[in-house]
Amino acid sequence: MLELRHVDTYYGNIQALYDISLEIKTGEIITLIGANGAGKSTTLMSISGIIVPRRGKILFKGQDILGMAPNTIVQLGISQVPEGRHIFPALSVAENLDMGAFLRRDKKGIEEDRAYIYELFPILKQRRNQPGGNLSGGEQQMLAISRALMARPQLLLLDEPSMGLAPLVTRQIFEIIKKINKEQHTTIFLVEQNANLALQVADRGYVLENGRITMQDKAELLLANTDIQRAYLGI
Amino acid sequence: MEYFLELVFSGLTRGSIYALIALGYTMVYGIIGLINFAHGEIYMIGAFTALIIATVLNMYGLPLPAVLILAAIAAIVWSAAYGFTVERVAYRPLRGAPRLSPLISAIGMSIFLQNYVMLAQTPNFLPFPTLIPEPAFLEPIASMVGTTDLTILLVTTVVMVLLTLLIKFTRTGKAMRATSQDRTMAFLVGVNVDTVISITFVIGSSLAAIGGVLIASHIGQINFYIGFIAGIKAFTAAVLGGIGSIPGAVLGSFVLGLTESFATGYVSSAYEDVFAFSLLVLILIFRPAGLLGKASIEKV
Repeated sequence: MLELRHVDTYYGNIQALYDISLEIKTGEIITLIGANGAGKSTTLMSISGIIVPRRGKILFKGQDILGMAPNTIVQLGISQVPEGRHIFPALSVAENLDMGAFLRRDKKGIEEDRAYIYELFPILKQRRNQPGGNLSGGEQQMLAISRALMARPQLLLLDEPSMGLAPLVTRQIFEIIKKINKEQHTTIFLVEQNANLALQVADRGYVLENGRITMQDKAELLLANTDIQRAYLGI
Repeated sequence: MEYFLELVFSGLTRGSIYALIALGYTMVYGIIGLINFAHGEIYMIGAFTALIIATVLNMYGLPLPAVLILAAIAAIVWSAAYGFTVERVAYRPLRGAPRLSPLISAIGMSIFLQNYVMLAQTPNFLPFPTLIPEPAFLEPIASMVGTTDLTILLVTTVVMVLLTLLIKFTRTGKAMRATSQDRTMAFLVGVNVDTVISITFVIGSSLAAIGGVLIASHIGQINFYIGFIAGIKAFTAAVLGGIGSIPGAVLGSFVLGLTESFATGYVSSAYEDVFAFSLLVLILIFRPAGLLGKASIEKV
């Protein structure tokens, strides 16, 4: 579904990504793990078109999307939940969801998706008229994921969904991620520092170090890998 | 009592005009964090456009209300075109540049537009025709509040209601609010941020044009410099109310208008600016973010 080929991304003259190549197949949950500053968010921002890579190709369903405007990329079916959630603080919960469906015109489909989300997260229904900024961290993460789902994406990019959340809430969020993958057939690209959790839900994983992909394998093999255990799992 | 009411109405009229201009400052600031110093000139261009169109239409002997409406529409269209172009030419190329660069560019644009109008028209004051008729049935209250004042108040109220509805309920309005709250996220949900910014300039410029037509008809003369003075006052009102806040701009404008009106009426017209800016200083001491502005908390 998505393929990055030899992608180099720069911030000004500073290179952040070196020759990134990876592939995500339809229906998979793929994770990208790595330390702080390895370039995980940069990878997602390169896919979403917020930062345009200097070299390489980003193929979405065979079409090169590198250099396309962010709104075109959303229209094609890629939505991102950015790091730090980025809830519109003064918009109500319901309006935040409306913004997720900004490019859609099918009123009926939007209402169906809204109902599905309220079923998935009843707390959001309860709080639908409150400003998004008033929600707790966990609720904001639920809202951020829901807002991305309102675009009915084929590929969902998740950046550090566990950040700043209590372990119990994190587990709940990861359960929902699996559920979305199964029920909505949404392909998921999950970027995480919490490698342990991410590898438990993912099919395959990539390891990013200082802007380079250093390892890739099936998730259970990465979990069992002693180097990975030492570096990322704290075992 | 009658004198007091007269001052209240005159303050509200001033406040309305300030509000129509201040909204443009505050909306643009809310979306791109820029003080658009060329905004006063957009208002001035609105007044000039109305003058030209009204002069031509008056020659054909159209009835006054028709002249007023057509001149206002022409002013709105022309000012909106200028606002749109100013953003394209002077600010868009500097997106992502340090904050000071677009600010300097804005000041340059302001000076350029003033001098352009001065050269293309005249440096002298031009008489502006009375476009708002004074019907006989309003004679009894005419000493307190003229038809022009009433028209200004009415038009401003209608415009504010329409703007509020637009921002609260339409797709464009939501996109504008979303963009002002979190631009990166607006990109990520698929908002075309450049279009939203252009729309903001077009709306702000249209409001300024309406203000330009109304006040020119009220005062009866215009020149290329009126935008600078009105712009400074409206900008003060926007800061007073809390820059970036739309209700704040309206509130700040009325507070400023009334203050000036009372200062003129009870002290001396020579002191109106002293009172206006003293008020600004006082409010900024006790509420640095303005009356309705939110103190921004930098999260680390």
